[in-house]
Amino acid sequence: MATSAGTEGSVGLVETSRVVLFTGDDPLVLDSGATLAPVEVAYETYGTLNADRSNAVFVCHALTGDAHAAGHHGDPSRVGWWDTLIGPGKPVDTDRFFVVSANLLGGCQGTTGPASTNPATGEPYGLRFPLFTVSDLVRVHRKLLAHLEIPTLAGAIGGSLGGMQVLQWAIDHPHDIRAGLMICSSARLTAQNIAFSAVARAAIMRDEHFHDGDYYRFGERPAVGLTLARMMAHITYLSETSMREKFGRRIQDADAPRYRFGVDFQVESYLEYQGESFLNRFDANSYLYLTRVMDYFDPFGDLPAAIARLKEVATRFLVVSFDTDWRFDTKHSLDLVRVLQGAQVPVTFREIASPHGHDSFLLPVPEYHRTVAAFLDRVAREVEPAH
Amino acid sequence: MVPRGSRVLDLGSGDGALLQHLAAERGCSVTGVEASDDGFFACVARGVPVVQADMDSGVSEFEDGSFDVVILSQRLQATNRPAVVLAEMLRVGRAGIVSFRNVGYWPHRVDLAVKGRMTVSGTVPHAWHDTPNIHLCTIRDFERLARDLGIRTTRRVLLDAAGHEAAGRAVRLRPNVLAAGAVYGLNR
Repeated sequence: MATSAGTEGSVGLVETSRVVLFTGDDPLVLDSGATLAPVEVAYETYGTLNADRSNAVFVCHALTGDAHAAGHHGDPSRVGWWDTLIGPGKPVDTDRFFVVSANLLGGCQGTTGPASTNPATGEPYGLRFPLFTVSDLVRVHRKLLAHLEIPTLAGAIGGSLGGMQVLQWAIDHPHDIRAGLMICSSARLTAQNIAFSAVARAAIMRDEHFHDGDYYRFGERPAVGLTLARMMAHITYLSETSMREKFGRRIQDADAPRYRFGVDFQVESYLEYQGESFLNRFDANSYLYLTRVMDYFDPFGDLPAAIARLKEVATRFLVVSFDTDWRFDTKHSLDLVRVLQGAQVPVTFREIASPHGHDSFLLPVPEYHRTVAAFLDRVAREVEPAH
Repeated sequence: MVPRGSRVLDLGSGDGALLQHLAAERGCSVTGVEASDDGFFACVARGVPVVQADMDSGVSEFEDGSFDVVILSQRLQATNRPAVVLAEMLRVGRAGIVSFRNVGYWPHRVDLAVKGRMTVSGTVPHAWHDTPNIHLCTIRDFERLARDLGIRTTRRVLLDAAGHEAAGRAVRLRPNVLAAGAVYGLNR
């Protein structure tokens, strides 16, 4: 859903790099004890690393993101998914920060995932790809930083699942990150959140072309299931208000209802489009794994143990929520704030008024951008050499 | 009144100057609650952790006993429900510090008695219809409320019109008339 942007404030032409971070001799050891190799990671960088390598900001993407967060790959009208936020003079200011953005483990945009070839069989992993945790995502991020010879981060930022990685990273490695930014994120999915994920996965796994995850072998894919999963998820990304304003009860390509079961209302047409276009860029198995990693995420599940670990954390946090977000509503963010503060972790919180629901974190909502910019400005001043 | 290294919550933290001072000079672990955008961004620019919320709801976002000291400086009168806020302060904090302007101070009595008008002065600087100060009180009012809530006063400092500690026997004998304001240390 790229929007056009002028060259001003853009990082311009960028390309995705790839690097093999784990090999058979040095495999990725997951929380579960399973090992994985090779692990290749797709990533992009923007801006310039300073002399003491202290100005890096890591971008953690959400469920369906990828490494291409900012700039363009040749067509300036098709920009990265967080181009509104990242660039020269933007809230994540590439004139001041060196930004690293990587596709997640288990993803399908260049990083090793279930569609990658399993070296043991010579075929795609499918559901033989091991289940992994948010900590495992962080392990891979850290290995990329080691490859880039970046010892610590000025910042780590993410929305939704991205914010979960920021939180887990700070807990697992309490001195890695100076400033952690969690946008409309959560420390724990609710039963309702898990229920939506469950239905999405059911749609995929009950598709007759799913073949227990081995659809690659048949040259097929569970297109119906993945489309339905995306259509339903998309409803949860928008607010009731934004849907009413955007579509209302308007009829697609006509003035009057046609009284039929095919697409008639504009909102139906929109969801069809969202579902269809998703097929071209996402692998159904990746969708299963990356929704499942969110379901199990619960870093504060054992609260006394979590607080003991948080007391070591040197990161200070910005937590932002949006008032019309009902996927991860403000209560999710306030729960985060309460636990972090209770463990004496410095935390700043702001609820932003925005009509766009969960999707707000991808949109140029002025007060949201102002908040991120102010928080990161302070961080930039701390890591910039004194004049 | 704020111990070195303590965990401090400032309700209505304004631009965060007090908290920045407590963090830098006294090694306190600080958090602000501030409703205004200007105050919020001033805190962020200072590196002071701040939760944007009004004082009434903001104080309720924290766990029992998360703070050693909760400060409510010249803001009690701007809360919607002062009794609830005081109780919440001493739920989330082990001790409270509350300061306010004393509407029983004699110039305010003169305004009402002689001019027949609600007071507007340096210590109560807003017109009655356009003020954040919706719950003004006197020293006697406050002490009565604290007693009714079962809150103990550990310390009281009387203030003059300039905001300094008011000295002299007269003000100690008739604080409700002669003190422009007061600061209280509170606990359960």
